[in-house]
Amino acid sequence: MSGLVTPFLMQSAVQAITPILLASLAGVLCARVGVFNMALEGQMLVGAFAAIVGSYYTHSAAGGVAAAMVAAVVFSLILAYGATMFRGDAVVICIGMNLLALGLTAYLLRVMFGVSGTFADPAIVGLAKIRFSALQDVPILGWGFARQTPLTWAAWALVALVSLILFRTPLGLRLRGVGEQPDAAETLGVDVRAYRVATVLVSGAFVGLAGAQLSLGAVSVFAENMSAGRGWIAVVAVMLGRANPLYAAAACVLFGLADALSIHLQSQGLPNQLTDISPYVVTLAALVISHRRRARALLSPEVALATPGGAAEPLPDTR
Amino acid sequence: MSATPQPGAGALRGRLRPPPAAIAILFATLIGGALVLASGANPLEAYAQIFYGALAWDNLPNTLNWATPLVGMTLAAAIPLRGGMINLGGDGQMIIGALAAAVIPLYLPGPGPLVAAAALIGAAIAAGLYAALAAWGETRHGIPMLISSLLLSYPAVGIASYVVRFPLRDTTTGLPQTALVPEGARLMTLSGPLNVGLLLIAAIALVVLFVDRRTVAGYELRMRGTNARFAGYGGVRLEAQAMRVMFASGAIAGLVGAIIVLGSQFRFIDDVLLTPSYTWSGLMAALLANGEPAGAILAGLFFAALQTGGFAMQRETSVPRVLTIVLQSIVILFLAVRHGAGKRER
Repeated sequence: MSGLVTPFLMQSAVQAITPILLASLAGVLCARVGVFNMALEGQMLVGAFAAIVGSYYTHSAAGGVAAAMVAAVVFSLILAYGATMFRGDAVVICIGMNLLALGLTAYLLRVMFGVSGTFADPAIVGLAKIRFSALQDVPILGWGFARQTPLTWAAWALVALVSLILFRTPLGLRLRGVGEQPDAAETLGVDVRAYRVATVLVSGAFVGLAGAQLSLGAVSVFAENMSAGRGWIAVVAVMLGRANPLYAAAACVLFGLADALSIHLQSQGLPNQLTDISPYVVTLAALVISHRRRARALLSPEVALATPGGAAEPLPDTR
Repeated sequence: MSATPQPGAGALRGRLRPPPAAIAILFATLIGGALVLASGANPLEAYAQIFYGALAWDNLPNTLNWATPLVGMTLAAAIPLRGGMINLGGDGQMIIGALAAAVIPLYLPGPGPLVAAAALIGAAIAAGLYAALAAWGETRHGIPMLISSLLLSYPAVGIASYVVRFPLRDTTTGLPQTALVPEGARLMTLSGPLNVGLLLIAAIALVVLFVDRRTVAGYELRMRGTNARFAGYGGVRLEAQAMRVMFASGAIAGLVGAIIVLGSQFRFIDDVLLTPSYTWSGLMAALLANGEPAGAILAGLFFAALQTGGFAMQRETSVPRVLTIVLQSIVILFLAVRHGAGKRER
């Protein structure tokens, strides 16, 4: 066991958690206002591509991050307006958005850079790592955070910030009200649609950061479909965490550890085709176990939304 | 399906109103055209190439060949959708079917056609059971099928990828692929690129249409799609129905994989089945018609023509063929946003 938890393993775990964590925070926000956001995968991909484009043209990582946020927010307009003002089915819109992201990034990759598959260029500046040499000596957690990008730190700060805002401020109360009892919120003079649109757009910026971390964090490369299911894992984290930022973060840690474990197993000689599936298996197992712990009636509203007969608009919260 | 009326749309819904799908296609064509224009190519020429590449007499067989798996995956997506369920795990189910179809003929002795039949049936059963697992995950473990079907896809793809790289790899070639299926067990060629798989999918399409319109099971499924709770009160055993429906959906996805293996590739090659993303195009086509089989099949044929034309466009102009994926997703997004496509009963 002692050989299993190494500084390298912890570092790769924390690194793997960052994009999933940022995306799941976005998912939490959307779920709280009653929009089931399944488009995290596509938003992340758009963010990752825009980050590379921004970094390529501005020769700075900050430019890349800014481009990622802007692009992801613009992309989120589809969900923000489609699921609210136009009353489309959020699930269908999200499926369409994921496919659009896949097609659009692949198209632009070919048209803008003339390559297909992966794109790397010396002009792309990756995110610098913040080094805390003191942390390097603290086992486990210190190992994990000694050398990470600013976005990793931002992600964890956002966990605290989102929790505070949701549960300790009037704004948070209104947001939760919009999700749980839209009619009541409307009666109190809260513009439900405006809150939903704004929340989806803000959460889009979060997913943009997730994408930037993905393409500029570890390696400065864009690969087609490089989000590779991370957005879906974030969706599951939101579900497992019952739309609570802290619980969702805990779920993300679980996936990160599974991911790091798969890297470890690979270094032990197991084929990566087998080790790559470990996050998904862990996810499924976690879903099964978490269900055992509570009755079906207690399922969070976003789960109810996803089940047959579910609705694009939130159901009254039964909790 | 009973989409809730759009505000103000009722008054406008007259006979003169053009069908929503047509507007959506026009809209996608315009946005796609702008995208092509922005990338410095001629959109009219690109569209002309798509049209010619898909529908010229000489190219029709290619379109049909592309439509075979795509319409198959459309049906696989449409069946659960008819009951308000979404199967996102088509990739995994198709892979399982393909692997079963590639492996069974290697180990099963006997006359070719019988082996082929066994391979097809084995593929359908294996993939059907895997899909039913997702339904079981929902009814027994409370994991929404939307999520469980998708998450189950990744292990299937990963394990298949492992299997063709290591235990079942054809060591005579350097590629991750299984040994060739014996010639007798391959699907008969009809003409050119077309094989018996086309007829098989056509037959399945007819069966799906018949079941949907003329049988109790089809009626119960439509009832569930309109109002699941009502169907439950009316005596439909929802959990068993979900398992059956997902089995049927997965079985068709598995057959599609088997048809690709036995009809054109003759072996399981890693990654080749998923690159054309038949699953997602099929799901889009099914969503376009809200799961109504006849409409879904038409939409599937349309997407197949679009994608086949995309090859010609890429060959003749500088425009990459992924543009067709963009067009497809714009169509579905437009319909979802403007006309409540795929909107399910609340």
